[in-house]
Amino acid sequence: MSATAEARVNGAELIEEVLKAYPEKSAKRRAKHLGVHEEGKSDCDVKSNIKSLPGVMTIRGCAYAGSKGVVWGPIKDMIHISHGPVGCGQYSWASRRNYYIGTTGIDTFGTMQFTSDFQEKDIVFGGDKKLEKIIDEIQDLFPLNKGISIQSECPIGLIGDDIEAVAKKKSKEFEGKTIVPVRCEGFRGVSQSLGHHIANDAIRDFVFDKTDPEKNAFTATPYDVAIIGDYNIGGDAWSSRILLEEMGLRVIAQWSGDGSIAELENTPKAKLNILHCYRSMNYISRHMEEKYGIPWVEYNFFGPSKIEESLRKIASFFDDSIKEKTEAVIAKYKKLTDDVIAKYKPRLQGKKVMLFVGGLRPRHVIGAYEDLGMEVVGTGYEFGHNDDYQRTTHYVKDGTLIYDDVTGYEFEKFVEAVQPDLVGSGIKEKYVFQKMGVPFRQMHSWDYSGPYHGYDGFAIFARDMDMAINSPVWKLTKAPWAK
Amino acid sequence: MSQSAEKVLDHFELFREPEYKEMFANKKENFEYAVPLEEMKSQVEYAKTWEYREKNFNREALTVNPAKACQPLGAVFAAVGFESTLPFVHGSQGCVAYYRSHFSRHFKEPTSCVSSSMTEDAAVFGGLNNMVDGLANSYSLYKPKMIAVSTTCMAEVIGDDLNAFIKTSKEKGSIPAEYDVPFAHTPAFVGSHITGYDNALRGVLTHFWDGKAGTTEPMVRKPNDSINFIGGFDGYVVGNNREVKRILNEFGVDYTMLCDPSDVWDTPTDGEFRMYDGGTTLEDAANALHAKGTIVMQSICAEKTAAFIEEHGQEVARLHHPVGVAGTDEFLMAVSKLTGKPIPESLTKERGRLVDAIADSSAHIHGKKFALYGDPDLMLGLTAFLLELGAEPVHVLSTNGDADWAAKVQALFDASPFGKNCHVYAKKDLWHMRSLLFTEPVDFLIGNTYGKYLDRDTGTPLIRIGFPIFDRHHKHRYPVWGYQGAMNVLVTILDKIFDVMDADTNGIATTDYSFDIIR
Repeated sequence: MSATAEARVNGAELIEEVLKAYPEKSAKRRAKHLGVHEEGKSDCDVKSNIKSLPGVMTIRGCAYAGSKGVVWGPIKDMIHISHGPVGCGQYSWASRRNYYIGTTGIDTFGTMQFTSDFQEKDIVFGGDKKLEKIIDEIQDLFPLNKGISIQSECPIGLIGDDIEAVAKKKSKEFEGKTIVPVRCEGFRGVSQSLGHHIANDAIRDFVFDKTDPEKNAFTATPYDVAIIGDYNIGGDAWSSRILLEEMGLRVIAQWSGDGSIAELENTPKAKLNILHCYRSMNYISRHMEEKYGIPWVEYNFFGPSKIEESLRKIASFFDDSIKEKTEAVIAKYKKLTDDVIAKYKPRLQGKKVMLFVGGLRPRHVIGAYEDLGMEVVGTGYEFGHNDDYQRTTHYVKDGTLIYDDVTGYEFEKFVEAVQPDLVGSGIKEKYVFQKMGVPFRQMHSWDYSGPYHGYDGFAIFARDMDMAINSPVWKLTKAPWAK
Repeated sequence: MSQSAEKVLDHFELFREPEYKEMFANKKENFEYAVPLEEMKSQVEYAKTWEYREKNFNREALTVNPAKACQPLGAVFAAVGFESTLPFVHGSQGCVAYYRSHFSRHFKEPTSCVSSSMTEDAAVFGGLNNMVDGLANSYSLYKPKMIAVSTTCMAEVIGDDLNAFIKTSKEKGSIPAEYDVPFAHTPAFVGSHITGYDNALRGVLTHFWDGKAGTTEPMVRKPNDSINFIGGFDGYVVGNNREVKRILNEFGVDYTMLCDPSDVWDTPTDGEFRMYDGGTTLEDAANALHAKGTIVMQSICAEKTAAFIEEHGQEVARLHHPVGVAGTDEFLMAVSKLTGKPIPESLTKERGRLVDAIADSSAHIHGKKFALYGDPDLMLGLTAFLLELGAEPVHVLSTNGDADWAAKVQALFDASPFGKNCHVYAKKDLWHMRSLLFTEPVDFLIGNTYGKYLDRDTGTPLIRIGFPIFDRHHKHRYPVWGYQGAMNVLVTILDKIFDVMDADTNGIATTDYSFDIIR
């Protein structure tokens, strides 16, 4: 039996073993989400985007997290109201590291927590009047804001508030101000994912459709592109933008890391939308394609192999001048990536990695690990859909363990059995695996490091993975006298 | 290109390189349609004025940068303090992801907690099936000794009945009939995280003492010589609970710590993940009924629990997060009064050491002006300590403190000559605090991690005391209670004072005459 065939058998046995801990009904349902990738299959043979089982410790979040936390929150010159009780806004306050430049509290508001702090009376009598007053107070105290979004928390949809009417009324009152009602109540859908979709639709309906195309004086060029689906975590969009500019393109908008409302408004004037996080922003990209005829292309800026491939793919939409400059960019960074690989590959060669992240990362980062000689032996999505798992087949090797919406129990058992050299997942998982003596990196927040995108980011990525795996602390976990 | 394999630049340095600075400038200039610089600057200045402060304080509806979280967070805190207990939050699942992340960012530890993952269909039909299946799954997978149920606002708005749901779950065989499932309704739109702690802890005691939701006879109290200790929602719980245990052991009293997460939020890295560790045993939680009395360390945080215990015949000593000499004296005297045991000589000696330290350092704190914000009990404890040090707690603010709390703070001001020009602000947030710091500046700010934005904007150096502390490590391991805890608080304050003093006097040939080697 070949090594990968053996991995497949082992993986299947492991899954069977882990499922034994569930009640029968739940085991049957979870079985559909767990699998071992078989070369040549069109998807990873797992079900996805289905309700999480109650009581199993899913890692997933909610629609509000997908809208406020991911899509809208980073738009820096708008004020995003967490509409409902205080908690949602509090727990998501500035924790996602969407870097931006601006004077916070004056012309930008990214690391602030605006909330309607619902009280019992707001639940009983409705919160629309309060919301109106909140908008007035925002206008009074933060007059330089360029727009307001209303991010619905669970109660809003349950008590029948009409935030759309409030938004419409107030927008009119403030001379057509952009005020966006977003129906991203946390109980909608099965994960963050529906929140992304709802947020995308709200941009379509309340930014694109309500903005006069002449609002911002804008002279288009043939090289205008928009970065879509990069949240500038630790500066990711910046270390991406710099490469696009070097290849001769003009980045007219960043969606939505370090983004401004004007950038969103101008995006329909782009020649090409380049899409990093497919999961969270494919909707608006498809819309712009249909309505404005803007093509879109997916790219991957993790690790030199994928960056090089992506730069050429993006360049293929443009003329030879761009293509030539692109080759020059690739050549320019060759020495850096060669040096990084020469330094870190010997320290990381053959190390096994297990991932569990959201969005694009369960597949997108695999190439970067492989550039360093590492091997991803297990991966899964918090809130992926079937089209994500289809795309994943191009990245993963035969025999890779696949786990959709993994539960705390499963993840612990999988790591215990597979014994990877590194786990990449989130803050809730980090300390579980470190206690087990397994090196870990947070792959949502870059563990407070970054950027990881682009060539500059790859050097940081390599350094950080080395730092995690080769930390001397892992040699100290057993007391010398322990048997 | 500035990046190299030899010296890897990350976000701290990379974006200060010229190519990035130029890129940022171009982006702003050409694509952001930003507010003109002059207009921006004038708003910066305006936001510092008394006029802006008045507008700011006239706010009636908007909350900006609050210093409080919601009820279920506190309920999860209370639940993890019991032996092998799994917190189960009935409602939307995103909430649980948030609580777990929030605690993990503070304690740098895992926090195990499950959700019943209610979605749209549950919003329409109720979450009974989620409860029935959820309890069965949790019980099978995580083998807890107890599952403590609380609620998110979703379940509260639709009116799910926890008592009935848990009963039905038992009837349907999700969990054994005699299995312990205490519960508490914890609506996020009432109170704050401290209310949730209170409700959940009372829920656990009600379960054990009052007949397990009608399934057994209520317990009959047979008073004994032990006491109970309730710490409240406390970001320093790991250090504090251990210190309190040491103190109570010095006394030689029998005690039960009701809710003790100090082990589960401080497990070793030794190759094994302990989902559960330590905590109040279920037996002890039940038998706590028989105690002579209960010390409630944060009585605003445990208001209903304290009343519940009193109703069951115990004497309750209500404290407000005592910090410092007089605060700790009060705590120890309360222990002594409840137990009839004298205060041990060893602790009297510790007291003397704390007074010694204060005497040594007092000149550096005396007359310094402080602004502070946080949970109401913590504010009472810190205000009293600052007054004791001869400092002036000029602005004392709490988002989840009410008028009764404000009156208590005012009483502290009134009792001290150092409280003369001090003010208390109930139900205010950190944007209010920003105006206070601009219009009536102070020397230092005391608060949680979010205070760093105020430090940046107003130039008031932040001393991190509170919850959450995300951007400094391991503070939760050091107690702030007891004389030793007060020593830690004193040193934390002094370190910042000296650091600021050095930074302020290191101008070569300008101010460095005061850059003293001995302070």
